[in-house]
Amino acid sequence: MNIAEKILARASGKGEVTPGEIVEASIDVAMMHDLTGPMTIESFQKIGAKKVWDSQRIVVILDHIVPASSVKSAELHKTVRDFVEEQKIGNFYDIGHGGVCHQVMPEKGHVRPRELIVGADSHTCTYGAFGAFATGIGSTEMAAVFVTGTLWFKVPRVIKVNVTGLFQNLVTPKDLILNIIGQIKVDGAIYDGVEFAGPTIRNMSIDGRMVLCNMAVEMGAKTGIIEPDETTLNYVKNRTTKPFKPVKSDSDATYKEVLDVDVADMEPQVSCPHSVDNVKPISEVGKVDINQAFLGSCTNGRLEDLRVAAKLLEGRKVKKGVRMLVIPASQEIYLEALKEGLIKTFLQAGAYVCNPTCGACVGGHLGLLAPGEVCISSSNRNFVGRMGSPKAYVYLASPATVAASAVTGKISDPRILKEA
Amino acid sequence: MSIHGKAIKFGDNVDTDVILPGQYLVLTDPTELAKHAMEGLDPTFTKKTQEGAIIVAGKNFGCGSSREQAPIALKHAGVKCVLAESFARIFYRNAITIGLPVLECPGVSSKVAEGDELIVNLETGEVKNKSKNLALHATKLPGFIMEILNDGGLIEHLRKRIRSK
Repeated sequence: MNIAEKILARASGKGEVTPGEIVEASIDVAMMHDLTGPMTIESFQKIGAKKVWDSQRIVVILDHIVPASSVKSAELHKTVRDFVEEQKIGNFYDIGHGGVCHQVMPEKGHVRPRELIVGADSHTCTYGAFGAFATGIGSTEMAAVFVTGTLWFKVPRVIKVNVTGLFQNLVTPKDLILNIIGQIKVDGAIYDGVEFAGPTIRNMSIDGRMVLCNMAVEMGAKTGIIEPDETTLNYVKNRTTKPFKPVKSDSDATYKEVLDVDVADMEPQVSCPHSVDNVKPISEVGKVDINQAFLGSCTNGRLEDLRVAAKLLEGRKVKKGVRMLVIPASQEIYLEALKEGLIKTFLQAGAYVCNPTCGACVGGHLGLLAPGEVCISSSNRNFVGRMGSPKAYVYLASPATVAASAVTGKISDPRILKEA
Repeated sequence: MSIHGKAIKFGDNVDTDVILPGQYLVLTDPTELAKHAMEGLDPTFTKKTQEGAIIVAGKNFGCGSSREQAPIALKHAGVKCVLAESFARIFYRNAITIGLPVLECPGVSSKVAEGDELIVNLETGEVKNKSKNLALHATKLPGFIMEILNDGGLIEHLRKRIRSK
């Protein structure tokens, strides 16, 4: 069995599972946030349940519309806080104590290899970077999990992506995942899992691995997953207090298909409007003037991302007429970036640094675009209307490309700028 | 259960951000959500759905975010059923959860035109295009999903389960 099959077999109490089989599995950890939580709570109450199945296994994070931007969103937050209090949910990260959910989950030790994790958010697949099987579900299904502790799953077929080669300078895991999505396409992995493997992945940092698994859902995948190794264990053991047991794919595991990708000659990649799989090497993008550059999100708001962008912005200015938003993904990352002087670099360059939130990426309460405006973004979706006006244009790229483009005022290959 | 309605057509990869844009996720009233359904793609959508409609779409319908508000907005705008070549998995699960039937129907995007009158038999998966006098075959839903739909959604389904304990 491959790693995804092994985890689903364990969680459903079976010796073996095969793709296509439907299993009822026990959930190890369940996460919800301020936009999906209130509906989960409403459904939980409508079902007529009184107590959650296990308050220790639930994590609640306020991140999407924080701090509250309207009375309505303040009410949603209050609904969540009241529920957390009533159900005695200890793992609650209120404003100022966490940040973007998919960063906070592993950071605060709620993600471990071999676990089955569900989140009421599509980018829950991020935790596959730690060898967990993690997938997004809707609010009412989350309520069902809160009541029963279980959920049905169709065992997915798994596409293996085997990655080799060394990245060129300023070419990053984000460029790799955009390239892969460009090949597999946005519907190429519907209902499948995607396992990232190969020497390039083994040499990749946790931050980079999270970028790959985070965007698995953009190919339609149920989960992205990476076999845990020393890098994983070093991260996880410093964060969690619970025991865990990593699991790996068997050497004779079966896959739907294997895709080989060599990164050696890869140039920075850009996903053009309005579909994530509309991916071009940056040399083929042409001249695109930008109005906004966004660095942040659960895809690319981590320390490694802020570091590469700050290096390019050091001693430079954001081009007049361009606004650059920088949003560290968590309080911890914000603090570390502050200590390393990265925040100072951003501010001196004329970037606008915001508090940890999903706001700009989800087109919620900040950083929205006007009709006709163009944004280059390190986030994960460039759908029509994703970041504001349905007449705006969103290009997705790496933090390095976002920073370089902020400096030049047009979508630019970061390799044309000398790092400070 | 058979469903009648006129087809409203969409292409491939219709995402949840166009089904219901993120800025409306603070709304909790289904009829308020319904007013903004598909507004980025088709501003006249909610006019067309008022008398009951069946969405006919291409591949990967409902890709993107996990927002349950997307199928809720469609259902409350008057959509009776969605037929597509394929669905994104979270949308598919959410639609079943809230009691909106969704069926994979190979060939549907080429054999149905905007405004065609359709009859969908949920038990058998048969789809009749009355306007073109054509029969199509959708993938039948598994028994446990039909049970959830017949109960009117996952909330009622679980209420029943709790009551029978």
